[in-house]
Amino acid sequence: MTAPLLRVEGLRRHYASGGGLFGRARYVTRAVDDVSFDVMPGETLGLVGESGSGKSTTGRLVMGLEEPDAGRVVFDGTDLTSLSSSQRKPFRRRMQIVFQDPYAALNPRMRVGDFVQEPLLVHGAEAGPDRVAALFRTVGLDPAFMQRYPHEFSGGQRQRIGIARAIALRPQFLVADEPITALDVSIQAQIVNLFQDLQESMGLALLFIAHDLSMVRYLCSRVAVMLRGRIVEMGPTEAVFGDARHPYTQALLSAVPIPDPAHERGRKRLAFDAGGYAFPPAAALRDLGGGHFVLMGEAA
Amino acid sequence: MALLAIEDLSVGFAREGRFARVIPGLTYGVEAGETLGIVGESGSGKSVHALALLGLLPQPPGRILGGRAVFDGHDLLAMSEARLRDLRGGRIGMIFQDPMTALNPVLTIGRQIAEPLMRHKAMSMRQALDRAADLLALVGIRDGARRLSQYPHEFSGGMRQRVMIAIAISCEPALLIADEPTTALDVTVQGQILDLMAELRDRLRMTMVWITHDMGVVAGIADTIQVMYAGRIMERGPVDAVFANPRSAYTYGLLQSLPHGSRPPGGRLMQIPGCPPDMFAPPPGDPFAPRNPFATPRCHVEAPPLRPVPDSVPGHMVAAWYDLPRLLA
Amino acid sequence: MREVWRALTRRSGWLGLLGATLLVVLVLLAIFGPWLDLPDPTRTNLRARMVAPTLSWFSLGAHPLGTDQLGRDILSRIIAGSRVTLMVAGAAVLLGGVLGTLLGLISGYFGGWVDRILMRLVDIQLALPLMLLALMVVAALGPSLRNLVGVLALVSWVRYARIVRGQVLAVREREFVQSARAIGASHPRIILRHILPNVLTPALVVATLELARVIVLEAGLSFLGLGIQPPDPSWGRMLADGRTYISSAWWIITFPGLALMLTVLAVNLLGDWLRDFFDPRLAVR
Repeated sequence: MTAPLLRVEGLRRHYASGGGLFGRARYVTRAVDDVSFDVMPGETLGLVGESGSGKSTTGRLVMGLEEPDAGRVVFDGTDLTSLSSSQRKPFRRRMQIVFQDPYAALNPRMRVGDFVQEPLLVHGAEAGPDRVAALFRTVGLDPAFMQRYPHEFSGGQRQRIGIARAIALRPQFLVADEPITALDVSIQAQIVNLFQDLQESMGLALLFIAHDLSMVRYLCSRVAVMLRGRIVEMGPTEAVFGDARHPYTQALLSAVPIPDPAHERGRKRLAFDAGGYAFPPAAALRDLGGGHFVLMGEAA
Repeated sequence: MALLAIEDLSVGFAREGRFARVIPGLTYGVEAGETLGIVGESGSGKSVHALALLGLLPQPPGRILGGRAVFDGHDLLAMSEARLRDLRGGRIGMIFQDPMTALNPVLTIGRQIAEPLMRHKAMSMRQALDRAADLLALVGIRDGARRLSQYPHEFSGGMRQRVMIAIAISCEPALLIADEPTTALDVTVQGQILDLMAELRDRLRMTMVWITHDMGVVAGIADTIQVMYAGRIMERGPVDAVFANPRSAYTYGLLQSLPHGSRPPGGRLMQIPGCPPDMFAPPPGDPFAPRNPFATPRCHVEAPPLRPVPDSVPGHMVAAWYDLPRLLA
Repeated sequence: MREVWRALTRRSGWLGLLGATLLVVLVLLAIFGPWLDLPDPTRTNLRARMVAPTLSWFSLGAHPLGTDQLGRDILSRIIAGSRVTLMVAGAAVLLGGVLGTLLGLISGYFGGWVDRILMRLVDIQLALPLMLLALMVVAALGPSLRNLVGVLALVSWVRYARIVRGQVLAVREREFVQSARAIGASHPRIILRHILPNVLTPALVVATLELARVIVLEAGLSFLGLGIQPPDPSWGRMLADGRTYISSAWWIITFPGLALMLTVLAVNLLGDWLRDFFDPRLAVR
């Protein structure tokens, strides 16, 4: 068995909020609570959950854009959380991130060519105009666009520019944080296909963060479902979608709208109170076999 | 008889000294008791036309260039602002995408539900608040009497949208216009809202216009689907017929580009090439033609009219010069 | 730039255009004043003391705006004074702007104790009456042109720092800044390439409003004798000198006062318009 490219162990991030006059926090939000998973080289792991489930925070912790309160992020055998920022820099070439909002993801005051070129300059790589033009072609954009500013582009084109920047240093691992959520339906398939092309040509491993379950099912080989900062179910996509065990996963799957009127009329949605759900005491991910894990209490 | 009949509605937008006809001339009707699902992407005119006929289009930059929108025998576009205000929130209910901006943060939920009741149904504050508590129960908010005195920030996103629905249905409108009401919500909450709306519609016998970008949502809630692109209707008809047998290449492309099940090795989604047109420089003929692999030469020069599909169910209409089933066969 | 011009020449931009025009005329006058063949602004002529304004603009030895108590030509003094005023105010705004923007960037970007110390400094300074602060510094260091610029810069940096810091806090969380961190860009690169260009326009708006404020402040200090020293002409000085003669020779105080008012009005009009222009919610464009 090959070693995982990325191993996340016991990742935790709590936010204190509602601090009063004397700075003592009234609430603690467990944004990410004891999250562990692996990503194999070239694999796509889907991370699904609703808003506030901690899936985006997990992506940011993996990228080192935020520091975890506890836990480790091990990339190719090196624990990144113990590194200083200069020691971490070589790893930045190897792991990159694509963001959700194509309108906030580009610097409005920077030509898009310079924006795509920047990572090459930062890491002292070959950064000539030919290299940048090649990147533009890789993501399906005309290199003539390099001199333009972001406001001249549509959402889909902006997302392509963001992807060109992310792959400029030929990373092995990419966090895609809801990369198609803000795009028009007719553009989403283009971007998903682009991810697949890149994955096949570059051998990219992908952490695909999304709330569109149909797309996750299509794109990912494995999936992890998050609820209030914890992974409640994880496993091969077909096992999780075909034989969901956690009540939350079941409710989530029962709610996905399907573009088929006959199917929709016969649908019965399962109710689940995500906010009121109490995790069982001593809950832990338990293996059901075949790499299918479910969060369960001891007795279950 | 149609409860709402829109005839040749035409809307323009001005920006930086340029002018665009974002809706070049829209005609359709909604029968009493029908739920019409309007699907489209950004720039399709689906939201703009709804704002225009409710008299809520910001003018400028928007401008209504012509047409009629007859509701219950009266033209909404020719109506005085005062009469429109009487209709909105009364006979016509509205729900928008973002409940946080639609609710006033400094007024209690009770006040906001009671207001249309006092205005349109001439209730006293006392009566209106009693009714408001019933309405909260109706939209599935427990402990309504207590929650009436709470403020919007004390409600979650899904609960706020329920409050918006309570306000919209408070005067038992004949017509409810919902613009992307579940887009900002999580999947499970969206499911609950869809179920709630279907139930309320049946109980109150409301006619609904449901605007969305999500084919799955339309499949669940609508009787009739209307697919819009660049301000025009590309296809329209009973949901079963359109989903099973789409006649517009755009409808077909939208349905095909959605993922079904898991990906076969090396598989790709069918994708619609290109991006939606710039409405300040629209293509001359069928606006979808530049992205349409099935486009005929005529598509590029002349916009097709919306015509009944000869060999389909009544009401199934398409704007296309090509015959899609023959091209696909 | 073309966009700015287009918006200025539109109807809603006419007040801004007026301000810009006034300011350009003023700057041109200040620059080309010495070539206008006007009487020497410092030459006294006790035989022509307090001559009333005349309308004979081009006759030799005439004083269109009159003369002051020492017989000096008021028009030439106003024009000469505008050189000093604009130079001092411009230098002060530039210096304060650079310092304030820099500190605002650092404060907003790094946060933590740096931010806390800088912002407390800002609070303290904003709590002190400006005039008092300026008085204290000039009294301690003595009045000179350089000290004057320094004092004015010192009282104006806080506004830039506050505005820029607020903008940085918003821009810092935008995804393109996160992306710059993700590629391992250094702090100076992130600040200069990604944050600064996106906070520059609000700083520019502050600069125009500050310019007006600094001009008034300079006049005030000179009025109190702590700014420009005689015999150099300055508007504030002229106001101070003229106030004793307000009942016998109104023009000595009126014309410098008008010049000051017009300048401040022009800068404020332009500043207000710039602020609206750069505020996307008020789509002047």
